[in-house]
Amino acid sequence: MKLIFEKSVAGRKAIEFDTEVPLVNGILDEGMRRTKLGLPEVSEIDVIRHYTALSRRNFCVDNGFYPLGSCTMKYNPKINEDMSRLSGFNMLHPLNLDNQGALQLMHELSSDLCEITGLSAFTLQPAAGAHGELTGLMIIRKYFSGKNRTKIVTPDSSHGTNPASATMCGFTTVTIKSNSHGLVDLEELKANLDPSVAAVMLTIPNTLGLFEKDILEISKIVHDNGSLLYMDGANMNALLGIARPGDMGVDVMHINLHKTFATPHGCGGPGAGPVGVKEFLKDYLPNPGIDLDGGVYGFIDHPKSIGKVRAFYGNFGVMVKAYTYIKSIGGSGLREVTENAVLNANYMKEMLKKDFDLAHDTVCKHEFVLSDTGMPNGVTTNDIAKRLLDYGYHPPTIYFPLIVHGAIMIEPNETESKDTMDEFISVMKKIKQEAVSDPDLVKSAPNTTVVKKLDAVKAAREPVLKFVL
Amino acid sequence: MNFIPSTEAEKKLLLKEIGIGSVNGLFKDIPQSVLVKELEISKPLTEMQVKDKLTSMSMKNNVCFKSFLGAGSYNHFIPSVVNHIVSRSEFYTAYTPYQPEISQGILQAIFEYQSMICSLTGQDVTNASMYDGASAMAEACIMASSISRKKEIVILKSVHPDYLKVVKTYCDAYSLDVKEVDEVEFSSETAAVVVQSPDFFGRIHDCSKVKEKVGDVLLVWGVVEPTSLFILKEPSLADIVVGEGHSFGNAMNFGGPYLGIMATKDRYKRLLPGRIVGQTVDTDGKTGYILTLQAREQHIRREKACSNICSNEALCALAATVYLSYLGKSGENLGDVCLQKAHYLYSKLLSKGFSPVFDAPFYNEFVVKVDNAKVVLDKLKQKGFILGVLLEKYYPEMKDCVLVCATEMNSKEDIDAMVGSL
Amino acid sequence: MKVVEGLKYSKDHEWVKVEGGIATIGVSDFAQQQLTDVVFVELPEKGKQAEQGKTMGVIESVKSVSDVFAPVSGEIIEVNTKLSDSPELINNDPYGEGWIAKVKIKDKAELDSLLGHEEYAKTCESH
Repeated sequence: MKLIFEKSVAGRKAIEFDTEVPLVNGILDEGMRRTKLGLPEVSEIDVIRHYTALSRRNFCVDNGFYPLGSCTMKYNPKINEDMSRLSGFNMLHPLNLDNQGALQLMHELSSDLCEITGLSAFTLQPAAGAHGELTGLMIIRKYFSGKNRTKIVTPDSSHGTNPASATMCGFTTVTIKSNSHGLVDLEELKANLDPSVAAVMLTIPNTLGLFEKDILEISKIVHDNGSLLYMDGANMNALLGIARPGDMGVDVMHINLHKTFATPHGCGGPGAGPVGVKEFLKDYLPNPGIDLDGGVYGFIDHPKSIGKVRAFYGNFGVMVKAYTYIKSIGGSGLREVTENAVLNANYMKEMLKKDFDLAHDTVCKHEFVLSDTGMPNGVTTNDIAKRLLDYGYHPPTIYFPLIVHGAIMIEPNETESKDTMDEFISVMKKIKQEAVSDPDLVKSAPNTTVVKKLDAVKAAREPVLKFVL
Repeated sequence: MNFIPSTEAEKKLLLKEIGIGSVNGLFKDIPQSVLVKELEISKPLTEMQVKDKLTSMSMKNNVCFKSFLGAGSYNHFIPSVVNHIVSRSEFYTAYTPYQPEISQGILQAIFEYQSMICSLTGQDVTNASMYDGASAMAEACIMASSISRKKEIVILKSVHPDYLKVVKTYCDAYSLDVKEVDEVEFSSETAAVVVQSPDFFGRIHDCSKVKEKVGDVLLVWGVVEPTSLFILKEPSLADIVVGEGHSFGNAMNFGGPYLGIMATKDRYKRLLPGRIVGQTVDTDGKTGYILTLQAREQHIRREKACSNICSNEALCALAATVYLSYLGKSGENLGDVCLQKAHYLYSKLLSKGFSPVFDAPFYNEFVVKVDNAKVVLDKLKQKGFILGVLLEKYYPEMKDCVLVCATEMNSKEDIDAMVGSL
Repeated sequence: MKVVEGLKYSKDHEWVKVEGGIATIGVSDFAQQQLTDVVFVELPEKGKQAEQGKTMGVIESVKSVSDVFAPVSGEIIEVNTKLSDSPELINNDPYGEGWIAKVKIKDKAELDSLLGHEEYAKTCESH
């Protein structure tokens, strides 16, 4: 499809602005002004047709099943979108002091997150999960300042953002091997703990979809070492109303509002990654915090704060959606979310394990991981994923976690029905049969998409990163 | 409402296939002692109830003032086209385009975004966006340190105070020294000099002059009000340009979600954090778009990545792309309207006894001084106007100074009415 | 998979060709196969000191990144600048045109810690 620039026609226009005030010439010296503005010249209908056409070249939750593991692609209720667009919210300037509604919403959202996680205080400032991790680790770094705790321990099944966030805080990362059950190996953990370890970062349930059944012992070992326990909350959809990280011994965690709390992913953002902490770390949270005093909400500064991780207060528009969601489903609904998410995942696991190699055959939480071990005729995970495109599905997360060969990580989530899951299961089985009978069909996929397999090597070797006018 | 389609009968079928009697059986691996009985969260609400609740909360915010607030968040007109496009669920309910064959829509849009941002900033490459302008500025400091292998960041005090705080927070964690200065200076230890233009006080700085002064030291150029780029010379001599892009078609939203702009020279592209979209071909030779140069990123390079950033603000970048396409060459028209209105307002305020504070060219934001500024602002507020931000809160020495902004949204009528009520 | 006789190999899959006190360094055929299509090579800096076992460069493919570890210590006297524009040389000719750098050997004894071609071939098989 042509780029918007290639549709440009000299002199075409979509909008004008009226100066209104008497014009004053020569406000800026000519040398200060730009000589050309490299933007397309198009009409309103050109813009609408172009971007509508582009939208039709995009798969989304609203047009199909999206079992993308660790991403929790649940349905995004429409009411949430409408509420975030209320003018009282989206027209509010961050420095407008008549902001009681906004502060109340943020304060109540924080309280609800505290109740859900069993932690004492939350900051809503981080803009994404990785941003939350960074914030959480900054808090840990500041808490241990001068104590020479320089290491972060994390399992080999962890998200890539964990070690990357640690590096940005000047920590070195120690990766420990998972045991044969895919869980933290207690001996391995003990062997790697010493007085230089600031924190252990765990994803619970982990990226294999498994709950760390030894969590209480892990937490004790970590704390006995004087270290803190950080939880990557990406998989929180498996714990709502069932178990609280704070009760398990977690000291710091982040939550992904765009996963667990149904705010849309928007093709990769904006999300929000609130960070929760135990009472003893509250003073380190980013500024400003929000306080309720005598019925009036206001900003407060935390005495030992790490500072700020972005301008103003966070992705407020995303907070409105998450708050609306929590109020809609209520406390009882939160538990139902997790029960159904876990039920659905276990159902799909049971139905698929006869045809595909299951990495760990045990009760899973909200997701499970298959491998391409034993696939006939050299069919790989990537081939299966691309063939799923032909059948109108978004593939699961693939090749992650790294510890499973050709990982296929499936997360159905609670908003999908049995019918939807059954259709997907039958397609997966069909692909397995195709791999036996017609492997080339699978390997040449996709064939029904607007473009076929793209040349990633060419893209990286000879990068073309913009349209040249 | 819980948005769960499964009926009780269906749940029973699922349990039967799994071979257990009740859902509780799925949680047996969780220690009994941490199982929760009931969350103290309010009862579910119907859609009507939740709508009422949120609507009345939103009304506790007063957005009806005639406002001249800027200071990092700008009230610009958002053409209807923008929200119609970003409200398409094909865009807002999609994930990151990791499967390019079914994500050409957003990938191409981001490629267009990258092209527009390069053109506006005068830089060679840009990423698919960062969280916001302030975090982009902080990431630029870390990037500059990686390029130069030096540890000192020199930053002008006229940078937005929130941005300064974010830079300090990131640099502290990354063990870089931040030196706040009044005038550009540097030493052999300097990794980067950071300048914002127009700066927090609205003053325009000359990028080529600053670059001439700093020579080989990397220059990070911050643009917090990006509509200024519609008329001002592009900062092509800077080494990294960062900025806040929310002014391009994204609402003020009480401070977020916003759009972090980050662009740089071609030679530094492999140290640029964040996602980048590239053009390539498919097996039939057809043009397509794909996330590229991914070896820089955390999911491959883990602890050695350029940054820990994983996501971007794709939907905000899409809004910006639609906005910039729609404006096209009328962007210059918009920039001039902001420039003219701000100067009109400035002269009106001076005629009412406000005094100038700086003698430097400005775009749409400026500082004026008036006796008992707080009282003056309070009185105006009672009449329905917010004149601006009292700077004393940020800079104790700037007593009675007010930061004022005008955009196309401030009509001549409102300006005249506000000034008339002084 | 090709292992060339007469070269020394490191456990990290670099090869070394010694000629009159100068070591030419590259990565093995096994390494390039594991990496898949190389898209970018971060070359060491000429004039800098390489230290045995420490990173001297980086090779990127689309989906992975690998450090190049210096198999011997010494001053880097030449780098293969052709790799900047043609990283695929590492895939096409790992032992020839895909060489990465030349190092002036500081301590010949270090060469003893490297593997011979037969021993190296065995290590690769066990992968």
